[in-house]
Amino acid sequence: MPVMTIAKAINAGLRAALKDSPATLLMGEDIGALGGVYRVTEGLKAEFGADRVVDTPLGESGIIGTAIGLALRGYRPVCEIQFDGFVFPGFNQITTQLAKMHARSDGMLRVPVVIRIPYGGGIGSVEHHSESPEALFAHTAGLRIITPSNPQDAYWMIQQAIDCDDPVIVFEPKRRYWLKGEVDLTTPPGNPFTAHVLRAGTDATLVAYGPLVPVALAAANAAAEDGTSVEVIDLRSVSPMDFDTVTASVQKTGRLIIAHEAPTFGGIGGELAARVSERAFLSLQAPVMRVGGFHLPYPVARMEDHYLPDIDRILESLDRALAY
Amino acid sequence: MDVARSTAAGLEPGRAPGAVTGSRRDQPAMVQLLTEDGHLVPDDRFSDFAPHPEIYPSLYRDMFLIRRFDQESTALQRQGQLALWVPLTGQEAAQIGSGRAMQAADYAFPTYREHGVALTRGVDLPDILRLFRGTTNGGWDPREHNFQLYTLVLAAQTLHAVGYAMGIQRDRATDPGAEAAATVAYFGDGASSEGDVHEAMVFAASFNAPVVFFCQNNHWAISVPSEVQTRVPLSERAAGYGFPGIRVDGNDILAVNAVTAWALDHARRGNGPVLIEAFTYRMSAHTTADDPTKYRASAEEESWAPRDPLRRLESHLRATGIPDSFFTDLEGEATEQAGRLRKAVLAMEAPDLSHRFGTAYAEPHPLVQEELRQWQDYEAGFVPADEGGK
Repeated sequence: MPVMTIAKAINAGLRAALKDSPATLLMGEDIGALGGVYRVTEGLKAEFGADRVVDTPLGESGIIGTAIGLALRGYRPVCEIQFDGFVFPGFNQITTQLAKMHARSDGMLRVPVVIRIPYGGGIGSVEHHSESPEALFAHTAGLRIITPSNPQDAYWMIQQAIDCDDPVIVFEPKRRYWLKGEVDLTTPPGNPFTAHVLRAGTDATLVAYGPLVPVALAAANAAAEDGTSVEVIDLRSVSPMDFDTVTASVQKTGRLIIAHEAPTFGGIGGELAARVSERAFLSLQAPVMRVGGFHLPYPVARMEDHYLPDIDRILESLDRALAY
Repeated sequence: MDVARSTAAGLEPGRAPGAVTGSRRDQPAMVQLLTEDGHLVPDDRFSDFAPHPEIYPSLYRDMFLIRRFDQESTALQRQGQLALWVPLTGQEAAQIGSGRAMQAADYAFPTYREHGVALTRGVDLPDILRLFRGTTNGGWDPREHNFQLYTLVLAAQTLHAVGYAMGIQRDRATDPGAEAAATVAYFGDGASSEGDVHEAMVFAASFNAPVVFFCQNNHWAISVPSEVQTRVPLSERAAGYGFPGIRVDGNDILAVNAVTAWALDHARRGNGPVLIEAFTYRMSAHTTADDPTKYRASAEEESWAPRDPLRRLESHLRATGIPDSFFTDLEGEATEQAGRLRKAVLAMEAPDLSHRFGTAYAEPHPLVQEELRQWQDYEAGFVPADEGGK
């Protein structure tokens, strides 16, 4: 199996989708000759032409709004938003139009638009380049939200998102774009909207997604050295959320810690904690712990190490859970 | 600013753009083919696209029926049968004239006031009221009529129209034998202040998309007059984007029809977008929740009354010998239509909530399925009505 980075895996996945169907097209700012600010679309314009890999004017609402129109005409547009914080000019089109077109039309209209958003911090960037706004979109019915954490998922999940008849937002963990791994190019995986158990354990369940998955695995390794067995789950899909896989794990381990970069308040971790508490209250031996960002605007780059959940903050939560 | 005076100035046909005076330029020339007293006037540029006199009666019929539909819908709202109504009275010529210029393969993207355009696209009029009665957010199959569902968020649909037009363009590039078509993006003078209109025009120009932007300048964005929202005539904004902008007398159905036919032809031929500003007037409230007596002078409304789109075509038709029976028959048809409308509205009931669970997503969604089961279990817990329950 070839080894590639997440960025190259997404590139390969987009290439496969473009080859697979003439209805697929990419659109976004600087995605053509430049290959995108992260070079995720590098080489695709040269291979498929400017009509399939479309450099758009600078306007996020314009990109998403015209993608909706193209989808109504039968196309499957894949929009690139350059950075997380720049999706907000397109927020209206996503939440009031894209998410609701199927319901508004009583199921008659489908808008299979994919929106790719590089998200999260840890790259030492400036304001609006490091945010994790996934919960703002997860709250809107009609959208699906996935976030790959490794090249294998990155390669397949982008293609599955394009195949999906619902609008899908793919939050790409930008600080992991250069993470390498093996990619099985021949065997399609299962449902992209499910969680994967990455490491089995018995004392606690640790759920993470996107950029924090490697941190969660490292924390589990560190805990193992202290004799604590931690089960690690990659959520993969933020909406829908795979409550079944997490609940089954918690019923085994009795403890749940959820880690994400986004602010803890009103975040994905809270939703997961509430649902698991409803489903497995009697299995819980400790309150569900959340490790996430603070209720602050994302801090300036030279402070972000204090903001981002790291191994130590996860282990501290684990210790508190184990203390009950 | 004297709104009545400035709008009246805009109605002077044939007046060329002048020098900048203060912060506001003089009004541009306005295309007109039918005067307020019902006389035909020639126009070098657009006469070739004017409707044939044989269809004048049917144009009048559409305007008459949609005004009556508007009146009945307003009454239904006052009776509590509709949650809200959005009147169109005064804008019949702009809507019927533009809608009748479209061909079957063209696609309209309306706001929420385009009842007249809906009529021309073959939408069954009662279906328009499903949204306002609160039984659906849609009401018709857009694909059947090439008439998109109403959009309540201002200007969002202008981008959809551009995207759809880009799709037409692509289809034609891969299959040159495919039928030429264009889209029409409807919006109002108020919506022209929204950022999406700007992005729609930028994208349309960038990709030379076959889209006609059709702005109905009815002069009021609820309580804010158009003069507050734009320092230049709206049609002149097109120059900033690099495509033609035309102001047409929006109460002159012949001129609206001709200008729209020209613009659609221009777009279908691959010449890119056009902006049409239909200069008209909202004779009634913005919606039934609005009270225009609080913000505009009755003198202004009265100044527009003589320019009524129906009256001027009626004058022309009567002068050309259309018999009285045409008008009395039409009155009868409108009354019959009103009866059918009332009956249809009263029969409209909301579908079961499970329908909403079934349409939130196109593909199965575990959370929605779980919440549907929970809701059904909850509902099943009630004692049936015939056993003394609710």
